[in-house]
Amino acid sequence: MKKRMMALVSMALAGAMILPMAAMAGETEAAAAAADEGKVLNIEVWNEEFKSRITDHYPGYEKTDDTHGKIGDVTVNWIITPNDDNAYQNNLDTVLPGNADASADDKVDMFLIEADYAKKYIDADANVAMPLKDLGITSDDLSKQYKYTQDVVTDANGDLRGTSWQACSAGLIYNRAAAKEVLGTDDPAEVQKAVADWDTYNETAKKMADAGYLMQSTVNDTYRVYSNNVSGPWVQDGKVVIDDNIKKWVDDSKAQVDAKETTTAELWSDDWSKGFYPEGKVFCYFGPAWLINFSMKADDEKSIAAQGGWGLVNGPQGFFWGGTWICAAQGTDNPSLVKDIMLKMTTDDDIMKEIAQKDSDCVNNKEVLKALASDDSGSNKVLGGQNPYQMLADGAEKVDMSNISIYDQGCNEEFQKAMKNYFDGNASYDDALAQFKSAIVEKYPELTTD
Amino acid sequence: MANHSSGKKGKGSSVHARRAVAYIVLILISFLCLFWFYVLFINASRSNSELGRGFTVLPGKYLGKNFYNLFHSSLPVVRGMVNSLIVAALSALLSTYFSTMTAYAIHAYRFAGRKAIFTFILGIMMIPTQVTALGFVKLVQSMKLEDNFIPLVIPTIAAPMTFFYLKQYMDSNLPGELLEAARIDGAGELRIFNTVALPLMKPAIAVQAIFAFVTSWNNYFTPSLILHKDKVKTLPILIAQLRAADWLKFDMGQVYAMIAFSIFPVIIVYLILSKNIVGGLAAGAVKG
Amino acid sequence: MKKKKSVVTRYNRWGYIFLIPFAVVFVTFQLIPLCTTIYNSFFENYMSGLRKVGPNFIGLKNYAKLLTEGDLGKYFCNTMIMWILGFVPQIILSLLLSAWFTNPQLRLKGQRFFKTVIYLPNLIMAAAFSMLFFTLFSKGGPVNSILVAVGVFKEPYDFMAHIGSVRGLVGFMNCLMWFGNTTILLMAGMMGIPDSLYEAAEVDGATPGQIFWKVTMPLLKPIFVYVLVTSLIGGLQMFDVPQILTNGSGDPMRTSMTLIMYLNKHLFSKNFGMAGALSVLLLILTGFLSAIVFQVTAKDEVQ
Repeated sequence: MKKRMMALVSMALAGAMILPMAAMAGETEAAAAAADEGKVLNIEVWNEEFKSRITDHYPGYEKTDDTHGKIGDVTVNWIITPNDDNAYQNNLDTVLPGNADASADDKVDMFLIEADYAKKYIDADANVAMPLKDLGITSDDLSKQYKYTQDVVTDANGDLRGTSWQACSAGLIYNRAAAKEVLGTDDPAEVQKAVADWDTYNETAKKMADAGYLMQSTVNDTYRVYSNNVSGPWVQDGKVVIDDNIKKWVDDSKAQVDAKETTTAELWSDDWSKGFYPEGKVFCYFGPAWLINFSMKADDEKSIAAQGGWGLVNGPQGFFWGGTWICAAQGTDNPSLVKDIMLKMTTDDDIMKEIAQKDSDCVNNKEVLKALASDDSGSNKVLGGQNPYQMLADGAEKVDMSNISIYDQGCNEEFQKAMKNYFDGNASYDDALAQFKSAIVEKYPELTTD
Repeated sequence: MANHSSGKKGKGSSVHARRAVAYIVLILISFLCLFWFYVLFINASRSNSELGRGFTVLPGKYLGKNFYNLFHSSLPVVRGMVNSLIVAALSALLSTYFSTMTAYAIHAYRFAGRKAIFTFILGIMMIPTQVTALGFVKLVQSMKLEDNFIPLVIPTIAAPMTFFYLKQYMDSNLPGELLEAARIDGAGELRIFNTVALPLMKPAIAVQAIFAFVTSWNNYFTPSLILHKDKVKTLPILIAQLRAADWLKFDMGQVYAMIAFSIFPVIIVYLILSKNIVGGLAAGAVKG
Repeated sequence: MKKKKSVVTRYNRWGYIFLIPFAVVFVTFQLIPLCTTIYNSFFENYMSGLRKVGPNFIGLKNYAKLLTEGDLGKYFCNTMIMWILGFVPQIILSLLLSAWFTNPQLRLKGQRFFKTVIYLPNLIMAAAFSMLFFTLFSKGGPVNSILVAVGVFKEPYDFMAHIGSVRGLVGFMNCLMWFGNTTILLMAGMMGIPDSLYEAAEVDGATPGQIFWKVTMPLLKPIFVYVLVTSLIGGLQMFDVPQILTNGSGDPMRTSMTLIMYLNKHLFSKNFGMAGALSVLLLILTGFLSAIVFQVTAKDEVQ
């Protein structure tokens, strides 16, 4: 009985759950099979970003109401569960494992994930996200994507189980006025020299502090840069390992906080964003295109962004921030439609160019970024007319995400939280580290820390 | 009472002094209580960018726009309000009616195991909600009651805290003689409960109804585990959803407008029910 | 008393009938989940990513781990300290206000307004309330600007990075959110006290203090015990205010982490075993503390 079930499931993997005949005929039959596919396409998301991309850019999508749409005669159903309190992941954890047995209209067909916890859902053993090759998507289809965006969703067997339309490579965004005042120039090439590696970065931080500027708003700004450049994953053989580059972040940050060159504020707090205004006196932020375009208060005339007062350089190390990956849920009854959405949204040059121009996403397409880099339409008002695309494209090539693990979200969050105590002078490094370790064992009981 | 104060002229000045102190303290406290609503109102009237620049004393110009955006977003705000109202009203109704009934059972009848049951219910009171949350969600799933108001509303029938309060209140306000008088008149037990006991408990029920309503209205924990479909989501879930919005749509002004919007109905319900409390107080004074 | 009992006896089966709704709902929605919880506490049972570990029977190992490895004692102390920081001012304020409101001598004007206003903070969701506090007390927030402007601090004070200020803020918020609730309860309790008693005491020349301690308090005892016990239980279950104020960390160095926040950490990994064991310990602890309160304050109430 069990064996027969397994056989059935593997047939489903082949992309033809209803008609074994179609599976034998091969993937070319996808369009014909579509007629026999489910009439409801359920998509699990935590916000409205992907919904608006589909509404605006997917050919043939018709919006019926705020959480429903139609593609042909298939009803698209958006299931939004907010991220708060881990609710989104809890929801996925409940619905995905039993998805193959759910009734046709309740089956999840697609779900979205973020890099921090991507490995959990693309895990080969968990097998809740379909390998793209089972959908009939080949590596040729994805050849224009950046490698790091594929590393994030590659399982232990080397199979891709997701795809993204965004490449959120990021850089150091500096305050031009501060650069002129302290460094004597706001030319990106010159500024890059002052932040080329962490040692020169720390030297510059001293100069900035002497002039009354915070080097960066908070230690949490630089964390992502250090943690994206580690030499090994957080967990090795079931044991938590503090990477040298993470330790370097701790030492550099402690020195900076003690010298009042930065603070320990939380990202997105008012204390963090005060540097978006001239009187906030912050030299730089670290972020990708979306931070520049949407988060730096460009709509407020008093902000630095509104006056085009920012500049972009690569900074000490390459990194990325954000991005959304699309997965096909194992057990979907709309495999060919899911395949088509994935291909159109993450590989189609025209659609991706449209997305880049209309939504200012830094798209996951080397050709489109190249075109934008050499095009005046790529120049950015917030950056005082600088065209960031060449830099972002170069950055995306350099990002290395091969050390990502299923424990990244928990480890990164808990490590930053624990170290804040050390920076604030409420604990020694060892005590803060001990607290990090106990927090990790609470989150992941299977890990050891000593 | 008037002749009391005139009869004790010597004490008059101390009463005046105490009254002055009372007024000062009350005004300070009122300020502390109302201040947060002022901050909410101010914040709801400012744009996301303005909010990032810190707090101001004067309102901004975005109140209308924030609300306009809220109602024209894809969040089912009105539906959420209706859902919250249904759940909170039913919770308040069921929890007070049945808790009064339970308290009445313990108060008015002498049966075997009565004391043990009373102590047992007090024991239940000590179970934190979070303790049984995991088991509760599993149960709801196995009963196929997800995306349904039943698991939010029906459990309020067994509300030990409400029961305990009503039981305490009955001890001092519901004399057994009254019930016996009704029995002698030939009334049935259920009728006595509904027509004699319930009306006498009105002030206490009003108090607990407010508490139950507000608790249910502001509850995020349990609903977020059970309600997933837009049709059934309550306001706290929508607020969480708004706060979790992506960077493109993230708008603190809208979040504050939503919070302000969701507080409004509770204030109205509170004002209606609080009349009962104040009225009850007056009745108590007349009684003396 | 005896006579009354005999008259009522034949109606007594109604006592059971009136208990049915409570019993049915309780067994279904509380007892079953509770039994699952206790049962689970003897198993190793959690999620690692999407992989389920267990359930494997491990006896009392979860309990042993909690009692030896965890900082349970510390979290208990945190919880009690923050509860006391909020409860003491809360009960003093509530007693004072309800005494003022019910004192016929004072005849305060605008009572209706004040009675209405004091409960209002409770209408704001704890989450929204914590959000407001976080903004107001942030380093660049208005509270700091004012304190620096009037010269209390030389430079902005980081309220979230100091043990005393975080605990103090949690206590203050809890006090503010719940004192209105307590006042209403106490006032409703005072309604039952006939004015004639006050007047008689006054005629006997009692001072307001004497009236309060000798007349009001003894008659208020049932409600007072209720307030004390429910607040203690509520205090032990303290969660959302410190959770949102400290972003779930309970920092600095977990000095504001409460027992339920700790429980919540185990819920993250769906660790039914550890969470179950912690729940059972919490249950025992709450029962123990409440029993003490009952013993000390109201021996006759339980009877």
